Amino acid sequence: MSSVEHPLRKYLRPSVEATTFCPGCGDGTVLTSILQAIDELGMTMDDFVFVSGIGCAAWIISPNFNADVLHTTHGRPIAFATGIKLNLPEKKVMVVSGDGDLTAIGGNHLIHAARRNIEMVVICANNGIYGMTGGQVAPTTPREARTITTPYGSLENTFDISRMVQASGASFVARWTTYQPRQLTKSIKKAIQKKGFAFIEVISQCPVQFGAKTGAGSAVEMLEMYRKSSISVKKAVEMSPQEIEDKIVTGEFIDTAKPELCEEIARLKERIRGEG
Amino acid sequence: MENRRVRTGKHFMMGNVACAEGAVAAGCEFAAGYPITPASEIGHTLAKRLLEVGGYFFQTEDEISAICAGIGASWTGKKVFVPTSGPGISLMLENIGFAVGIETPVVLVNIQRGGPTTGAPSMGLQGDMVQPRRGSHGDYEIIALCPSSPQEMFDHTVRAFNLAERYRAPVFVMADAFIGHMREEVTIPEPDELDLTYRRILEKGTDPSTVKVFLDEEVAPMPIFGMGFKTHVTSSCHDEYGNRNLIDPTALDNFIQRLRNKILKHRDEIVQVECDYDNCELALVAYGAVARCAKEAVRVARSKGLNVGYFRVITAWPFPDREVQDLSHKVKKILVLENNSGQYYPYVKAEAAGRAEVEFLPPQILGQVHGLDYVVQKIEEMLR
Repeated sequence: MSSVEHPLRKYLRPSVEATTFCPGCGDGTVLTSILQAIDELGMTMDDFVFVSGIGCAAWIISPNFNADVLHTTHGRPIAFATGIKLNLPEKKVMVVSGDGDLTAIGGNHLIHAARRNIEMVVICANNGIYGMTGGQVAPTTPREARTITTPYGSLENTFDISRMVQASGASFVARWTTYQPRQLTKSIKKAIQKKGFAFIEVISQCPVQFGAKTGAGSAVEMLEMYRKSSISVKKAVEMSPQEIEDKIVTGEFIDTAKPELCEEIARLKERIRGEG
Repeated sequence: MENRRVRTGKHFMMGNVACAEGAVAAGCEFAAGYPITPASEIGHTLAKRLLEVGGYFFQTEDEISAICAGIGASWTGKKVFVPTSGPGISLMLENIGFAVGIETPVVLVNIQRGGPTTGAPSMGLQGDMVQPRRGSHGDYEIIALCPSSPQEMFDHTVRAFNLAERYRAPVFVMADAFIGHMREEVTIPEPDELDLTYRRILEKGTDPSTVKVFLDEEVAPMPIFGMGFKTHVTSSCHDEYGNRNLIDPTALDNFIQRLRNKILKHRDEIVQVECDYDNCELALVAYGAVARCAKEAVRVARSKGLNVGYFRVITAWPFPDREVQDLSHKVKKILVLENNSGQYYPYVKAEAAGRAEVEFLPPQILGQVHGLDYVVQKIEEMLR
């Protein structure tokens, strides 16, 4: 037996021996990028409370992360995380879940958490489909893509999640693909340090459902597509909407400072104590 | 120093305000809610009162968010309150089951209004009585209390917090618009007269993977967040240590039965009824606002020489099965009064089956108070 241990193994629950991800899944890259960011920041798992919803991406943290982990109901992790953060403002609260969980069934909570600008990191693994339940169309599925519930192709428009979160009032928004783990790790580090609502969308390959159903192919083919289709935010502003249509715009969309909810509440309580 | 949590003294107070004051007195530090008639005054009161004592009332984007934020807050060790009305409970039900599944203390209040659906918001109805018991999917037990006055809105809310903390479980206060909006004398005791319960928390430094922190019928200590426990909390079928297990049928059986037994084994400490039916031929069974009508009807009927008694349900759930059995042994007839089309009645009838004859009497008009003459007349008919 080898005595060499992966440098990030110490962040995983000792009882965990394998992940639940399918071969080729992008969620492993998301998992590694989060732990790499925590490691590079010199933080410990006790600095965090992790929350997830339902779906494949929710199992990135549950049960894998050796930390306080709350695995919740479908769509609601941000609502649970808000209750935790409001009462444990000194801890970092991170939500890790999928696109269906955070933008379809849980879209309202995402919008309002961004609007409140509550300090929280939300990482959305966006595979463009419902993977765990068998490959149904999602709000993030490309138009015309065939899925198990759109056998003739999707008729609906695709959610631009990052733009929506930015428009809702988040302090930090970035999008990367799993082909860009270094950039992703860097943005996660920034998001963790952000005093405000920080959102990261990770375009993540699901070869078993998305790849097979839509014809996008294997994990390698999908990653190759990410490499070819990705353009930077800076480049995108100089391009026409038609030119951007089939591209994945990656990078940091916003990184700004504005009043954060927990700090505002603390300030109010201080004021009331003074008056009382 | 003045105790800002407990407004000791006699007050002329609205039921909903008394409910909010009960929560603050019980040590509530966080409440979450969405505006809804006829429960809004609870949130109005808490918005100011909680800040005065260093807590916070969080107005959420919807009721789903309210229950979820409440459960999240409870896992930081805080006493948590989620007041609403029936439509709000309808939205919360999935996550009320979640609170049961991961053993989270949280107090909910349902100021019941006229339903079904959007119904008549400012009218009182007891239309949601089975909802807390059976509303969330799956097999589970719940605790629900039924206040009959503004005073009990205070007292039962305090007790609901104690039960939630004691059993690591969601507890309901099932009032209605009549009780919520009623104004009466409310006596708030001295702070040291309040008997308050606080949940057991896992001892700092304990590794929760070595200690049973879930599914203990005697109630496990709670491995709350932020203390370095590295707790894994999932509502998916899990074992005593929080490990997910979706493949072993005995694990699911264990998950369901232990959570149920945690409540049922302690039913004697939870169930309360008020009895006054010794040597009576007939007893009225009622709860909440209707219990006031029932009590008055019994008084009037007795003054007419009728041999009638009274059984008030204070704890609706777990169902007072033994108490109803006792009742059905001692009286020949039971009349269940509810301001609905008969929700609690089938449970009473089933429990009394073969012993007492059980009838049901709704008010003449649903959503209105039972008329006194109307109830007394029914008593006379049944005793004829």
